[in-house]
Amino acid sequence: MTTLSREETDALIAEVLEVYPEKAQKDRKKHLAVNDQTIEQSKKCITSNRKSLPGVMTIRGCAYAGSKGVVWGPIKDMIHISHGPVGCGQYSRAGRRNYYVGTTGVDSFGTMNFTSDFQEKDIVFGGDKKLAKLIEEIEQLFPLHRGISVQSECPIGLIGDDIESVSKKAAAVIEKPVVPVRCEGFRGVSQSLGHHIANDAIRDWVLDKRDGAAYEGTPYDVAIIGDYNIGGDAWATRILLEEMGLRVVAQWSGDGTLAEMMNTPKVKLNLLHCYRSMNYISRHMEEKYGIPYLEYNFFGPTKIIESLRKIAAFFDDSIKEKTEAVIARYQPMMDEIIAKYKPRLQGKKVMLYVGGLRPRHVIGAYEDLGMEVIGTGYEFAHNDDYDRTIKEMGDATLLYDDVTGFELEEFVKRLKPDMVGSGIKEKYIFQKMGIPLRQMHSWDYSGPYHGYDGFAIFARDMDIALSNPTFKNLTPPWKKVVEDEAKKAA
Amino acid sequence: MANIMIRQAESGGLTFYLPKRDLEASIESIEFDTPEKWGGELKLDNGGSYYIDPIAKPPPSAHFPARQAPWRG
Ligand code: SF4
Repeated sequence: MTTLSREETDALIAEVLEVYPEKAQKDRKKHLAVNDQTIEQSKKCITSNRKSLPGVMTIRGCAYAGSKGVVWGPIKDMIHISHGPVGCGQYSRAGRRNYYVGTTGVDSFGTMNFTSDFQEKDIVFGGDKKLAKLIEEIEQLFPLHRGISVQSECPIGLIGDDIESVSKKAAAVIEKPVVPVRCEGFRGVSQSLGHHIANDAIRDWVLDKRDGAAYEGTPYDVAIIGDYNIGGDAWATRILLEEMGLRVVAQWSGDGTLAEMMNTPKVKLNLLHCYRSMNYISRHMEEKYGIPYLEYNFFGPTKIIESLRKIAAFFDDSIKEKTEAVIARYQPMMDEIIAKYKPRLQGKKVMLYVGGLRPRHVIGAYEDLGMEVIGTGYEFAHNDDYDRTIKEMGDATLLYDDVTGFELEEFVKRLKPDMVGSGIKEKYIFQKMGIPLRQMHSWDYSGPYHGYDGFAIFARDMDIALSNPTFKNLTPPWKKVVEDEAKKAA
Repeated sequence: MANIMIRQAESGGLTFYLPKRDLEASIESIEFDTPEKWGGELKLDNGGSYYIDPIAKPPPSAHFPARQAPWRG
């Protein structure tokens, strides 16, 4: 309903911040900004990747969540031990909907929760023996697993267990990789450091294990990096790449395997979707193996076409031709979808608050549907993410970093978007306010949203949410009467 | 001595990355830029500057030991 000018947006920020004590106000102010497309460097307008203030409601996760939940968790043929108390793993079990093919409990373990279930005595006497025993049991019960990762939870770092030595010994006994990951939740300010730690662990313990081994490559080998196959996203991506004539050697890490990761140094090009969580390993491969990486965006036809061409430019003409053929083949399907949904969705306004890459990547998909993103923000981005966001967002739109529960609610109340895209923690708050919300972390149990096939589902889902009559009937009948009378009186 | 990473950007320029602080910036100027002698003082777009010992031109992406320019402490 509202498109604010720069001054109005500035005033809005100031107004929302008014309730805070002075010190908090000063601190939070740095994290909120009005987008200015002329700025090259986000640092000049927004601060990110800082510790959240105690006392505000932050929506961030911890380093363990970043490592176990995001990067390692989807590797399906490994067993990821949540080392520490049971809760961290159990309450997040299978919550990210990383789809995979395989028989769970036999050769794939994605949705299972393995934990060392720390008790008081383990904290007091140390948990190394328990870990060694656990690995032994896993080997007996699940002999088809290809490796183990030990994902440390907070207590491991606090009591100073030596998981590295246990892992080394165990690896020698079971003759499979056992990777200790020092991703205790208290490290860093958000899940972002967990991504980094996980990347480093992959670099040190996995990546170079097949260097020099025989491998039959083709000039068209690529790897999908930073796609977690949420609702089948990586599959939708893979289809497109294969239609282009490329050979996808590895998926990091949605529906991925340990062997794929070890083979990745042989590819010709790394395709990086989630820059935030996997830029570290991409940089490493670029330097060590000379594999360039390319950021791409598979949300919405405009960005897909742009990305497909960008990817094809790395290869010879046969790929370029096939790419054009792919684009041409899907165009009628896209036109049909846009013709169907654009008239229904045109002009609707969206506010986003997600993590990783989506606050900027999905903007194009909304725009393809004629919708407008009037505010966006990341839970755990760094400045380089905002650098990339500024160009995607319209001028004078709102940017919020690590937004607090209160701020987000107030912004939504004032900007009155037609829809909010965020997570489960925000969903019911906004829906009770009468604003439809789509979960943009888990695609609200739908998906995939990547690729051409995904866009069809995306468009349908947005339409379902926006056309839902429920949200117009949130005022109870007895209050409606009063409203009507007030209207008559006026 | 900071460990930095320099990379050829898509746009043609050079980007600077300091892994320790997860700092990404673009390089505005580099003192020596010939195939034989490359490096020297780097001026970043965030106002910082670093110094790397001049070497022969490296591959498009590589790590270097670098000194932060003294006037920035
Ligand atoms: S912060 Fe620590 S205790 Fe909490 S979920 Fe993360 S690892 Fe577990």
